[in-house]
Amino acid sequence: MVDKNQQVIDKTLDQEYKYGFTTDVDQTKFDPGLDEEVIKKLSKIKNEPQWLLDWRLKAFEKWKKMSEPTWANIKYEPIDYQSLSYYAAPKQKKNDSLDDVDPEILETYNKLGISLDEQKRLEGVAVDAVFDSVSITTTFKEELAKHGIVFCSFSEAVQDHPELIKKYLGSVIPATDNYFAALNSAVFSDGSFVYIPKGVRCPMELSTYFRINATNTGQFERTLIIADEGSYVSYLEGCTAPMRDENQLHAACVELVAHKDATIKYSTIQNWFSGDKEGKGGIYNFVTKRGNCLGDNSKISWTQVETGSAITWKYPSVIMQGDNSVGEFYSVAVTKNKQQADTGTKMIHIGKNTKSTIITKGISAGEGQNTYRGGVKILKNAENAQNFSQCDSILIGDKCGAHTFPYIDVKNPSAKMEHEATTSSIGEDQLFYCNQRGIKLDDAVSMIVNGFCKEVFEELPMEFAVEAKQLIEVTLENSVG
Amino acid sequence: MIKIKNLEASIDDKTILKGIDLEIPAGEVHVIMGRNGSGKSTLANVIAGNEAYELDSGSISMNNTDITEMSIENRALEGIFLCFQYPVAIPGVGMAYFLRSALNAHRKHQGKDEMDALEFLNNAKGILSELGLDDSFLKRSINDGFSGGEKKKSEILQLLTINPKLAVLDETDSGLDVDALRTVAKGVNKFKNKDNSVLIITHYQRLLNYIKPDVVHLMIDGKIVESGDMSLVEKVEKDGYSWLEK
Repeated sequence: MVDKNQQVIDKTLDQEYKYGFTTDVDQTKFDPGLDEEVIKKLSKIKNEPQWLLDWRLKAFEKWKKMSEPTWANIKYEPIDYQSLSYYAAPKQKKNDSLDDVDPEILETYNKLGISLDEQKRLEGVAVDAVFDSVSITTTFKEELAKHGIVFCSFSEAVQDHPELIKKYLGSVIPATDNYFAALNSAVFSDGSFVYIPKGVRCPMELSTYFRINATNTGQFERTLIIADEGSYVSYLEGCTAPMRDENQLHAACVELVAHKDATIKYSTIQNWFSGDKEGKGGIYNFVTKRGNCLGDNSKISWTQVETGSAITWKYPSVIMQGDNSVGEFYSVAVTKNKQQADTGTKMIHIGKNTKSTIITKGISAGEGQNTYRGGVKILKNAENAQNFSQCDSILIGDKCGAHTFPYIDVKNPSAKMEHEATTSSIGEDQLFYCNQRGIKLDDAVSMIVNGFCKEVFEELPMEFAVEAKQLIEVTLENSVG
Repeated sequence: MIKIKNLEASIDDKTILKGIDLEIPAGEVHVIMGRNGSGKSTLANVIAGNEAYELDSGSISMNNTDITEMSIENRALEGIFLCFQYPVAIPGVGMAYFLRSALNAHRKHQGKDEMDALEFLNNAKGILSELGLDDSFLKRSINDGFSGGEKKKSEILQLLTINPKLAVLDETDSGLDVDALRTVAKGVNKFKNKDNSVLIITHYQRLLNYIKPDVVHLMIDGKIVESGDMSLVEKVEKDGYSWLEK
């Protein structure tokens, strides 16, 4: 049995990453290196106001004095920040007409299964396509504008809605929040911006598709979503990158603000290149994501399916400031080969009757290491706060690992906390049961793993739930015997 | 139907089966009784191909096809069905999805068209009502949070849906109340016909009050030491197994 396990696991590891191709495109790229001049140059290209440049420079000053965090359960060679290029963009300018977009880039998105042609798009999904450091195009902008919804690239928002950017940028993740957030604040190049006005229920799913293409380039995008009073938005991001031998850095920031009675649902399907089976190459994914339930009765829900990246370091969090506000975190994280994931969430209860739910499913195969790190903080004035945490891990094979680090800090005695954690191997007995019913090994594995992830997949918008399910199936094909 | 010759099997270097010979022709119900640890459940598992056991010698064939080296799923597709003593839970996997996948794996193997969801549902509903189960049973996760009785009924539901050639019931009667026992027996009686076979592994006579066996085998220390008719069962109920020991 063990030999057979190993054989099939090995077979999986040989599987090719479907999105690993590169696009040959004429680009503008900064020389490697990072100093004030680079930031000034970047800010100038973006035609940014002085206050924003100052904000970046302040972050940069702080970042220089900070040191890379070492508490995470991940191992990697030190990153040489001076060897990276901080800006890479296809030469032609962003244009609202698809006719002006480089056909190579359109083809890239087609190959990824993302059509930027509105006519061909899945009905009800608007896309902002970010290619390396810039946004290529945003679909359904006009349709959304009819509802007063702003959905555009971050750079455009700086030009067209400077008052909103100035008000909210850094309001949830301060520029100097942590090492990677400070770096992002100094050098972020683009990303998506969403504003949903009062009382509007966004009529379609909004999504951003991130693609890293250029070599030796960091991708530092910034997403800001503001849901005004009584509004609702469901947002999804997807990510892929070519297969390259060297590691690439992705350090993003996502800030969400939910006003009174507003709901933001944020889903991620992360499938960055994970490196080859020797652990060579792959994306270093150091991401800071945080939402603020600013108003009463507001709700922020994070759902993530993390299958890619050599290293994943992310903790989408919710600050429940408003009374009766709700924070949720649903996560499926898969590590195989030599992938390492240290991911989880932080739920900070400030308002009264605030409620948070954490459901995580870690799946480790090959030599993958999967760590759940989650914090629940109930502040002094958070009367009747409630948290439910459930962290389940499943191991496939005997060379992988699952680790759980829950941190709980309760300052108000009325809090109700529940925590459950399980770790199990994908059971030989479960496989035997399925096989005995005539179900093949591969089908049995995907059936068991999908069953394991069900609670999280149910949180994804329908069309993406199907995509996530397929992604898990492809990722784990032949991973057990 | 099934022919087992000189079967020896071990687990963790401990020999459990020490030369089993057993033949069950089509249309017959056989019973194996024996003490705890005599190797009854091991035999059931080895027939199904459970890889936790090492096969040391002997052979198993189904309808003249040698299945000794076959994988678990291929044996299943050849018609072997094991009613588990302790059916394992698979959280998040719905009964309907699981059962239809299993059924269609068999149908595909038999060269039949796969059954669509509607046809499957209609088919399953009939069986469910005979087993006294609600339709909502199909929406639950396999064996997850099932009571003892529900687990065994779920096994019988699967047996009747897949309709294999040989049903091996591994202590399906243990831990059941009288009503559940009757339901299980009813299901098995519905299943059996002149073209298939049943192997019942049990400790007790009570299931045999409802299902009449053709042959009874008594097993001691990895061997079948006595075969005969129902009178053997009565003798065991009365005298236990010690009279069989040399």
